[in-house]
Amino acid sequence: MSRYILRRFLQGIPLLFVISLILFMLMMNMGDPIATMGGRSIVRPEERARLTRQLGLDKPIYVQYIYWLIGNDWTKVDLNGDGIAETPGTRHGILRGDFGTSLVNRGESVVQVIGDRLPNTLLLMVASEIVVLLGALLVGIYSALRQYSALDNILTAILFVGYSMPIFFVALLSMYIFSVLFKRWGLPYLPTVGMFDPPVGDTVGQVLLHMILPVLTMSLVSFASYSRYIRSTMLEVMSQDYIRTARAKGLPRTTIVYIHALKNAALPIVTVIGLDLPFLLGGAVVTERIFAWPGTGRLFLDYLGRGDVPVVMGILMIIAVAVVVFQIITDIVYAWLDPRIRYD
Amino acid sequence: MPGWIRGSGMIEKKNSMTAVTAQPKVATLIQDELDTPPLTLGQLTWRRFRRHKMALIGGIVLIFLFFYAFGGSLFASEKYANFNDTSISMQQPSVAHPFGTDAIGRDILARTIYGGQISLIIGLFAVMIETFFGILVGALAGYYGGVLDNILMRITEAMLNIPEIFLLIVMAKFFSGKIPDLEITGRTFSGSVVVIVVIIGATSWMYLARIVRAEFLSLKENDFVLAARATGTSNAEIIFRHILPNSFAPIVVTATLGVANAILAEAYISFLGLGVQPPTATWGNMLDGANNYLDTAPWLWFFPALLILLTVLSINFLGDGLRDALDPRSRAS
Amino acid sequence: MTALLEVNGLRTRFHTPEGMVYAVNGISFHVDEGETLAVVGESGCGKSVSMLSVLQLIMVPPGEISGGVALYRGQDLLKKTDNEMEAIRGKEISMIFQDPMTSLNPVLTIGRQIIESLRKHIGMDQKTAEHRAVELLDLVGISDGLRHLDDYPHQFSGGMRQRVMIAMSLACNPSLLIADEPTTALDVTIQAQIVELITKIRQQVGMAVIWITHDLGVVAGIADRVIVMYAGFIVEEAGVDAMYENPRHPYTSALLNALPRVDQRRGERLKSIAGAPPSLLVEPSGCPFVRRCEYAIERCKIENPPLTLVEPAHTIACWVDIRTGVPR
Repeated sequence: MSRYILRRFLQGIPLLFVISLILFMLMMNMGDPIATMGGRSIVRPEERARLTRQLGLDKPIYVQYIYWLIGNDWTKVDLNGDGIAETPGTRHGILRGDFGTSLVNRGESVVQVIGDRLPNTLLLMVASEIVVLLGALLVGIYSALRQYSALDNILTAILFVGYSMPIFFVALLSMYIFSVLFKRWGLPYLPTVGMFDPPVGDTVGQVLLHMILPVLTMSLVSFASYSRYIRSTMLEVMSQDYIRTARAKGLPRTTIVYIHALKNAALPIVTVIGLDLPFLLGGAVVTERIFAWPGTGRLFLDYLGRGDVPVVMGILMIIAVAVVVFQIITDIVYAWLDPRIRYD
Repeated sequence: MPGWIRGSGMIEKKNSMTAVTAQPKVATLIQDELDTPPLTLGQLTWRRFRRHKMALIGGIVLIFLFFYAFGGSLFASEKYANFNDTSISMQQPSVAHPFGTDAIGRDILARTIYGGQISLIIGLFAVMIETFFGILVGALAGYYGGVLDNILMRITEAMLNIPEIFLLIVMAKFFSGKIPDLEITGRTFSGSVVVIVVIIGATSWMYLARIVRAEFLSLKENDFVLAARATGTSNAEIIFRHILPNSFAPIVVTATLGVANAILAEAYISFLGLGVQPPTATWGNMLDGANNYLDTAPWLWFFPALLILLTVLSINFLGDGLRDALDPRSRAS
Repeated sequence: MTALLEVNGLRTRFHTPEGMVYAVNGISFHVDEGETLAVVGESGCGKSVSMLSVLQLIMVPPGEISGGVALYRGQDLLKKTDNEMEAIRGKEISMIFQDPMTSLNPVLTIGRQIIESLRKHIGMDQKTAEHRAVELLDLVGISDGLRHLDDYPHQFSGGMRQRVMIAMSLACNPSLLIADEPTTALDVTIQAQIVELITKIRQQVGMAVIWITHDLGVVAGIADRVIVMYAGFIVEEAGVDAMYENPRHPYTSALLNALPRVDQRRGERLKSIAGAPPSLLVEPSGCPFVRRCEYAIERCKIENPPLTLVEPAHTIACWVDIRTGVPR
């Protein structure tokens, strides 16, 4: 088992390298960092040359990649253009946690810029994931207990539609119903902008209230597809021989579903949770845009538009690492849950 | 976008106790009768497809949508769709403008017609690209194995780990403004259409690659491959004429569902303002900025969003039905 | 003496997309206390489905028990609700299945799977149940049971898994054990061991056994009585000796003839039964065996022969006396 864990982590490393390469190549063509730093003012040629050398943009691509990865504080940079490198570099490289400095927020480290917004996104994502899992489990278990019932069929149909809905449709529709229409009808209505109302302030209650619609949006589509998956997994498990044996032993329905079936269904479900992270992140981008939620998704869009390469790269890399690590954790949990793998 | 869920469907095993057999001549006293005549594979597939009524409905709705988008251009010219008259902007649905008018006075109904054309075209062409690359990568990796497989799969996995939408956004930004407008059959298409098609195709081929690779891994162990090789068939022929036709089923299903995914991807990215640029309309970019007018003009976003939903829904129905019809092992009620 | 289990006119069918499958078409049989009844027939003849129907273990839908009664100690099992059946299954009537690999829950320990019956049906506490579980494992030939209670099914071999299944089924001292091809998936040597085991337990405990199999060799070794099924019908019922010495139904006789014999001449062809079983999709009319029968007459095509007594405790469903070839 511990060998398995080690192996999975080791497999993740080359993967992360390949990802970093792909992202790096993508970002190299992203725009002109000098122009971004200069903002609206035109940069003088000498300034431009100096900045080019400082940012290492005059070096060949593979060297730039290495500097990005492990920094340049172990070597010297030629700042004054005389051809001799004399100033020690200041970058530590992403492997040591230095993602560079933001071009738009001059002087602020990328880590800080992202760190300011990351918790907000995490709030949405964790809340959505909880809602999705709990809801989908309920649906799946209900289906296993009451297959072919009228409610089960209706549920299946609704889930199918929900699963086909684009996120922005859910967002716009829910905004229209719960905010516009409710307001029009004099009902208490839900807020649709930002994390809190400035007059009231940054209270827990305000944040929770503002979270409702974004979380609803992010979770609906995932909920529908998870439910379908859990439902079909449960049904497949319920048709297995060992369930027939359990019935033949006269065990009560609840024991059969909650213990015999669910424990087996949990295995593929855990795998699926692991695979879902990229999509949750993607959903966050659209949701944050629509609800003006100050999270990393919006940060990404804004700063991409403004050409802040380090911040955008930082976000992408963090996402990639999160996805890979999450999948590894999922695999390990799966291996731990399945006695066939655990006791080998 | 729940792309990976394309692989799972409602799988409900049935306790099937059929024993359909043909009756050879036995006792001379008794006449030979066939209980149930044998069916061809095509007939079996059609039968199963037909039983899946939702898939049929999905197919019909899709045909209707195609006619709406492409046939509709007989009723409204593109000039009309792009014609803006700010004096009649933001009008509610009325007889003259059944879907209302938008912020600069364009008729929304006409724009959904032309927008539909672009959206559907993007969906189809993007799928063609991703199918091509998916099959190429999957077949090479699955067939040759070894180092090639390793490299290709690392790349595939790496791209799978980066959320599609981030890749799309970055690539869209990179290519924006770089491709000039196209002139085809007298109509002008924004260059961004090509960009979108290419980047969606470039970020979605991985799903198919994995599936094709899995098919090749299992199929290449079969005897018919061994036989082909023994008779000197070239590798390329084995791949394309022997193995590939046998993995037809999952490719068709994935491609069908991929169209839905592509249309959604285009919608997402256009909605974020990075997709197809005006004046070329797509259902996605008609939604851009709609939430500013949420309470005052819901018709701005409702109709394009509804059309997207209908398209995706019917493709999903169709894809589900195809999967059940083509894959004899999975059955749905 | 009333039979322990008496089944009359049992009919089971399945609604499938291809049509209605008529799996069991009106069968009647009985099992007395302590006796072993073998149910013989080829795959698809309805032997498993009949027994599953008796315990209401058929998936409804698509299955449907469309007729008949199954009297266990006088009570009709087919009329009971699922809750009521829970009290019968595992406690009064136990069933073991063919494939021990898939019939045991892979994520639960075998100890757990044995103990849960004991706790549910008899209300034992954990400690007592553990003791009993170890006893049961010992009974089926698995020593050092205490250590094995925490093991998972995949850690056992096929034969041992089947023993665990048997231990599970005996936990609450059922009066009747239904064994659905318990040895088919096992090696021949293990088969012999399992047969011996069940025989021994049967004698010790006085349990009745219904043994479903298509292996005539096994039948000879363990059964008191035999019923032969074909296409959802019972075609012959007899004591085991009578059946082997004097089969009276064409199908039974053909089956016995098809067995390879030690004293066969070299080069002599094995006798098989030509043709294949009829499609269960078609509602049966006439004798189901008619197309493959050497002795068939016109009447066989039209009318399905009922089970009739030809000798004491020996019934067949046939219009013809196969000893003479003359219609009866």
